Amino acid sequence: MSERQIRNMTVNFGPQHPAAHGVLRLVLEMDGEVVERADPHIGLLHRGTEKLIEYKTYLQAVPYFDRLDYVAPMNQEHAWALAVEALLGLEIPARAQYIRVLYSEISRIANHLMNICTMALDVGAMTPFFWGFEERERTMEFYERASGSRLHAAYFRPGGVACDLPPDLLSDIGEWNEAFPKVVDDIENVLTENRIFKQRTVDIGVLSPQEAFDWGLTGPALRGSGISWDLRRNQPYECYSDLEFGVPVGSNGDCYERYLVRMEEMRQCVKIIAQCLEKMPEGPVKVQDNKITPPSRAVMKESMEALIHHFKLYTEGYHVPAGEAYRAVEAPKGEFGVYLVADGSNRPYRCKIRAPGFAHLQVLDYMSKGHMLADTVANLASMDIVFGEIDR
Amino acid sequence: MDTAGLRDLGKHIAASLSDYVHEAEVERDELVIAARADQVDRVLKFLKDDRRCRFEQLIDLCGVDWPERDPRFDVVYHLLSLSHNRRLRLKVGVNEDQPVPSAVAVYPSAGWWERETWDLYGIHFAGNPDLRRLLTDYGFDGHPLRKDFPLTGYVEVRYDSEQKRVVYEPVKLTQEFRRFDFLSPWEGASYPLPGDEKAEGEEREQ
Repeated sequence: MSERQIRNMTVNFGPQHPAAHGVLRLVLEMDGEVVERADPHIGLLHRGTEKLIEYKTYLQAVPYFDRLDYVAPMNQEHAWALAVEALLGLEIPARAQYIRVLYSEISRIANHLMNICTMALDVGAMTPFFWGFEERERTMEFYERASGSRLHAAYFRPGGVACDLPPDLLSDIGEWNEAFPKVVDDIENVLTENRIFKQRTVDIGVLSPQEAFDWGLTGPALRGSGISWDLRRNQPYECYSDLEFGVPVGSNGDCYERYLVRMEEMRQCVKIIAQCLEKMPEGPVKVQDNKITPPSRAVMKESMEALIHHFKLYTEGYHVPAGEAYRAVEAPKGEFGVYLVADGSNRPYRCKIRAPGFAHLQVLDYMSKGHMLADTVANLASMDIVFGEIDR
Repeated sequence: MDTAGLRDLGKHIAASLSDYVHEAEVERDELVIAARADQVDRVLKFLKDDRRCRFEQLIDLCGVDWPERDPRFDVVYHLLSLSHNRRLRLKVGVNEDQPVPSAVAVYPSAGWWERETWDLYGIHFAGNPDLRRLLTDYGFDGHPLRKDFPLTGYVEVRYDSEQKRVVYEPVKLTQEFRRFDFLSPWEGASYPLPGDEKAEGEEREQ
């Protein structure tokens, strides 16, 4: 028999594929059913956010952050607000801090619901998807009631939040918050001990703690590998140091543990939300400095100075002193950071957005090597990939 | 934040790497180190392995463009030490034609960030095994985050129904991109305001 040349097969996965979680073009080099190399081609959703922000005032830049990780928009705005506040040297009022934390945690639940349910969908379970998205819709209703929009909130602004919460919203959130753990229980009942789900996720995509460090993993992916690290606890910002919550940590670092960590994080979010509601102080929701935050409508009707402030704020914006700052928050997907370089004008000189998904997608090649094609899908889902933040 | 600890660490780094590091200061509770570009891989290796540093993670790597300055670009590394709970910013200045040693051997995660920085700024990283463009289109020309690259870009794409494919064309704007100058004329606008020339012109005759 003559010798035959065997060539690896190249498979194009995406950009239109429901399990690609957006617009990922993954070029897979396959040896039969086994992945030899996974080369993600990203940038199909690249909108040049960083360049655009350089041409906008500090306030106009806020809505761009909603459009990064559109699954949990407010956490992104939070990092931006913290970076600008660091340069301005602002301390925001207590009520604003609590509102921010409250909404960060609601976003975290919304994000984890999305991730867990689509991950279940990717590996073959359909039901959690319906249960989870019903609750996700509720969280978006809370978004809408606070900010006016379901997704692109533009609610956390440098200096505080855009406006105070409407009456009854807090009690409604409280009601939902009490009922929500039931949904987590339901999803857990369906998935956690499910034989098929475990076959698809346990020991798939294992990352050791050292590998997690080397590849820059953060958030649930890092904690799934057994590192107890959470910026909310280790480098607390806002009022997180006054709140009690646990940081769930995995041990094995496979897809299943990352799922478990997210499930437990949702329960911790419920705890944080309850504490926020209980401790929510009264008072202003933004810095009382009309050079940074707009005056109220009522004052503007009477005071000429307030009117001038309002006009100046929405045309020129405020000037941020020259300098640079890096501020990060524990976004649901991991460490979301903003490196801001200001030159003293009303526009940022440079704004680098550190998206957790960027590092998480990079490791896909490493963790998928030697796995089956179907496991790549589980790996991708467990790393919580959203292209808005990766492509920027 | 413990500023004194950061300052001590900065002194320790500057003393241990005196040949490579020329500045270490604490700004707004952040430790900023400036180092020589051609030795940045050694500096990173030290920062990762030294007992007092132990910066296990490369959090971010990016470029900053300063067109008027020499060297023109900054490459900025953000490091995180989980064991000491500290952050550090490492900055190196480079020119367009000057390659930066790649950090991939020290931090594998640097790979994509270097690709991105190459793509957006045209800074070359020597030793990166896979320095392709990352975010921009296939066959893209130029480095879009440079300050001299226009916000609107040079080409736009559309689907041509006659040719049955996507075609690239020069950007056509229905309206010129307007860059408003909001700098207050009372606070340092450098251009003359209409009518101002009268004030600095000849003294009015009485």
